[in-house]
Amino acid sequence: MEKDSFIRKLREWDAAAVVEVLDFRGETTIVVARENLQRVAEFLVNDPGTRFAFLSDITAVDKFPIEPRFELNYHLLSLERRARLRLKVRLAGDDPVAPSMVPVWPAANWHEREAFDLMGIRFEGHPDLRRILMPDDWEGYPLRKDYPVEGYR
Amino acid sequence: MPISVETPTGAAETMVLNMGPQHPSTHGVLRVVLELNGEIVVSAKPHIGYLHTGIEKSCESKTYSQAITLTDRLDYLAPLSNNLCYCLAVERILNIEVPKRAQYIRVLLTELTRIASHLVWVGTHAIDLGAMTVFLYGFREREEIMRILEMVSGQRMMTSYFRIGGLALEPPPGWLERVARFLDSFPAHVAEYEDLLTQNRIWLARTKGIGYLSPEDAIALGVSGPTLRGSGVDYDVRKYFPYSSYEEFDFDVPVQKDGDCYARYLCRVAEIKESAKIVRQAIAKIPAEGPIRTVAPGIIPPSREEMKTSIEGLIYHFKIYTEGFSPPRGEVYQAIESPRGELGFFVASDGSANPYRVKVRAPSFVNLQALPELVVGRLIADVVACIGTTDIVLGEVDR
Repeated sequence: MEKDSFIRKLREWDAAAVVEVLDFRGETTIVVARENLQRVAEFLVNDPGTRFAFLSDITAVDKFPIEPRFELNYHLLSLERRARLRLKVRLAGDDPVAPSMVPVWPAANWHEREAFDLMGIRFEGHPDLRRILMPDDWEGYPLRKDYPVEGYR
Repeated sequence: MPISVETPTGAAETMVLNMGPQHPSTHGVLRVVLELNGEIVVSAKPHIGYLHTGIEKSCESKTYSQAITLTDRLDYLAPLSNNLCYCLAVERILNIEVPKRAQYIRVLLTELTRIASHLVWVGTHAIDLGAMTVFLYGFREREEIMRILEMVSGQRMMTSYFRIGGLALEPPPGWLERVARFLDSFPAHVAEYEDLLTQNRIWLARTKGIGYLSPEDAIALGVSGPTLRGSGVDYDVRKYFPYSSYEEFDFDVPVQKDGDCYARYLCRVAEIKESAKIVRQAIAKIPAEGPIRTVAPGIIPPSREEMKTSIEGLIYHFKIYTEGFSPPRGEVYQAIESPRGELGFFVASDGSANPYRVKVRAPSFVNLQALPELVVGRLIADVVACIGTTDIVLGEVDR
């Protein structure tokens, strides 16, 4: 199957890069370690067999109170292969920092600003990490699970 | 924390101009901080968030069915596309199949909303650039689509007509004839818009060669929809990853090579015609009789009759409407082609009756990111054309 070939390619390139492979309803998720994210991303974009040049979306999920608390989901799309792939990175609650993917996919810029704004995840190397939806002087990160839906903070 | 102040690039003799958030041609509450050298744009920074309503957060405290009504409010020009994408995502988590009749009706109605949305786009874009008549003509046809939607769902805009597992109601008798009547007169109206714009010298001067976006930049910036196809990339989710039986319909994906505002205009006008083609095929395909909802006890509400006559039906009805249903643990990313591009819903379930996380991949949000690419180095008057041509809906950008 096409999706297996991506994983095989990735494993051939670096056996340690793939931490875990999840499969649910026909969607493949590759879990990678934070320190490998940039290398894996560059491989997936540049390798002629994968070419995931289109970054659809970055979704941050808060698993509070489970540790590692945060998950970043990178939804990739390969126009040449007509395939989708999800990269997942897990981040600890006391250290929600991930490398910025803007050098790999310029589209990551606003997605990362949104994850920073609403989830409080910092992206190292981001060119312009400011709040994007909330006012600049807002306190707290609204999409975190310990942030109330209504009432006073 | 101090409120950040925009820092111009520091070039000599530049002026900072604040455009919006209350500006008629920003199509809502978009604010763009422009740095100008004379009439030339040196830098542009879009500021968004004025319409942020926290829909993603609200979804987490609703049941799966209740969240549908929130999705209407994202892209309010194409509410049925949002309904469809969210329902498809939840249906994938549940692993249920929707009856063919409901799938075809879904296709028909989403294509009608695509036509309606593009009509608003062509009208407002033209009025921004000084052509008043197209706006009036476009809204005349859009009104008929709104009436069809009202006939089917009872609502003009916030329809919430697609439900998890199928449709909310059986469509009323005579609605397909009304759609067919609309289609009979529609091609002549599209020709009217094209008469007014396609060869119009002012229109050509204002859009041709303006707001160029190369295919490489468009892909790198994640741009999708007609804005991407205007740059020569044929990516359309309906063709690449068919959903809701789109693979059974025969239609073309209009692509233009030039990458300017005019190319994107041609793409959208051609798309209006293709959508009309799909609607016509759907009319022929929709069976007169058949279920509009899948059967999944405990997940999909039973029919009215079953609820009144069987004890199981009554129990399921009560349980579904009081506590909802609990899908298995898991997460899916479902994408569809909305009028603006790739609309995606990431839905994560933790096994409870409320979605654990709902994330909307809004095409307008991503497309707006490309705005500085379009306007820098051009005249300030072209900024209006470039905002119009990316076809943003702020309800979706800010969520």
